[in-house]
Amino acid sequence: MKDQLFGKDLNELQEISLALGLPKFTGKQLADWLYKKEISSIDEMSNLSKNARELLNEKYEFGISAPSKVQVSLDGTKKYLFPTSQNKFIETAMIPDDERKTVCVSTQVGCKMGCLFCMTGKQGFQGQLTAGEIVNQIRSIKEYGDISNIVYMGMGEPFDNLDAVLKSLDILTSEWGYAMSPRRITVSSIGIIPAMLRFLNESEAHLAISLHTPFDEERRKLMPVQIAYPIADVVREIRGWDFGRQRRVSFEYILFKGLNDTPLHIRELVKLLSGIRCRINLIRFHPVPGTPLESPDEETINNFRDQLNDKDIIATVRASRGQDIYAACGLLSTKELI
Amino acid sequence: MFKVKTQKMAKAEEYSRSDHELFAVKVIDNVEISPDVFLLSWKQDNVFIPGQVVKVAIDRSQPPRIYSVCGGNIDEKMSILFNIKEDGYLTPKLGAAIPGDEILISKPYGSFRGDHSPAYWIATGTGIAPFYSMFQSGLSDHKILIHGARHLNQFYFEEELEWAMGSNYIRCCSNESSCNVFPGRITNYLLETNHFPKDYKYYLCGKSLMVVDVRDLLIANGIPYENIFAEIYF
Repeated sequence: MKDQLFGKDLNELQEISLALGLPKFTGKQLADWLYKKEISSIDEMSNLSKNARELLNEKYEFGISAPSKVQVSLDGTKKYLFPTSQNKFIETAMIPDDERKTVCVSTQVGCKMGCLFCMTGKQGFQGQLTAGEIVNQIRSIKEYGDISNIVYMGMGEPFDNLDAVLKSLDILTSEWGYAMSPRRITVSSIGIIPAMLRFLNESEAHLAISLHTPFDEERRKLMPVQIAYPIADVVREIRGWDFGRQRRVSFEYILFKGLNDTPLHIRELVKLLSGIRCRINLIRFHPVPGTPLESPDEETINNFRDQLNDKDIIATVRASRGQDIYAACGLLSTKELI
Repeated sequence: MFKVKTQKMAKAEEYSRSDHELFAVKVIDNVEISPDVFLLSWKQDNVFIPGQVVKVAIDRSQPPRIYSVCGGNIDEKMSILFNIKEDGYLTPKLGAAIPGDEILISKPYGSFRGDHSPAYWIATGTGIAPFYSMFQSGLSDHKILIHGARHLNQFYFEEELEWAMGSNYIRCCSNESSCNVFPGRITNYLLETNHFPKDYKYYLCGKSLMVVDVRDLLIANGIPYENIFAEIYF
């Protein structure tokens, strides 16, 4: 099977060029063709010699793959199904909102983390995506070119596949790559601390942490990761980090009826996040089959938001999008295709 | 292109370098109890609650990984059970450790804790470790241990567990068969026996798919999710 060029960084492309007996600058030309121009085959790289293209074609393929299916929600959200190199499938959501088009990318086939409220968690873990497979979810959708924001909030835990995630961020934000601003990219994690610190070191993208309850015992029952990396430790590390003026940290908080929507939770959240310049994104729970959790009513959600705002914590309620096609938060899954 | 900021890098390195987090101990035993599965031990100097975990590293160049303590809380040794991941950075080195070598560990911590109340202990593979710790710590009364594995040689500590727990020790093997071993996965066993006492706690430890499948099955059979305690290997 041929190796894929798409997903390689500049250094790798230069090494490939040299190994094929081509000039080092061919690596930069390859990066231009891969990440700046809308072509899909090596033969279309018209500023490379015929010999260079033949050498490349012998060992490599371009490496992008089209989605095999697309579903469109009543609200305009789209859900794309992509095949992976391991003969598995992943899903990607594209959420339009006025002028903005946000792509929600997956980083793994399935997920190991087993959160009680998440559909992806219910399919277990089937494999890691490569950097190319992550970036391909942006490159190969119809809206490519109009994308304003990227969120790593699809299938999988990004910090459990950090090498590929960092490499994909490098491709998206480097001058030789897509040259996107890292301020348009948010990576969401449940808080695997060593990987989180490496991410903070090695990228400039925003960080979002899945919080969901400030109480240890309660979080442990919702999110098994709490046993290994308690949220208090995650927040302590974040508090000690200098995010600068431009970089943001936010906390995701899915509201569950009668479970984490009480005044006690507000008080504890205020205490937990004290001193951190952050935002809380409140998310309606989208029912997952077999999960004994429910979403509170709109009034409770809005009250929760208002009470946090009254305590000087910026809180917003995230709009539910794509629920009718199972593209909303926590609903992505390819279990039936395993 | 990302710029590595030296000051911030120091902060990240601090996590794996900080003295209060990791300290050196000398390996006193490293036994291959099954092909590519090792029980590695050092002198126990820390009080712990059975079910808790420790962070383990071979040196300070890589972040530690987390393992359940696998042994009793009154033992002279503290142990971990691990299998070799060929592409891993840690387990091949841990597998090669010999008595006298130094490794780095943290103090035990974590909230996956056993107690004396009636419970099911459900594990796959090396997920048996926290339950073996609970067993060795005298917590096996009113417990039912269900261990799932692909192969018969993956029922670690089976002689000891079978002798002590008798019919409350159930093995489920998905790829091989033997007398006294249920042929199939843990979920098949639970469905077949169809016995889900509501006044028991359910502790699950192992790979994510087993944990989420068993958790869903328990919830579907009326077990409140508050009574389900899950630890996932990642």
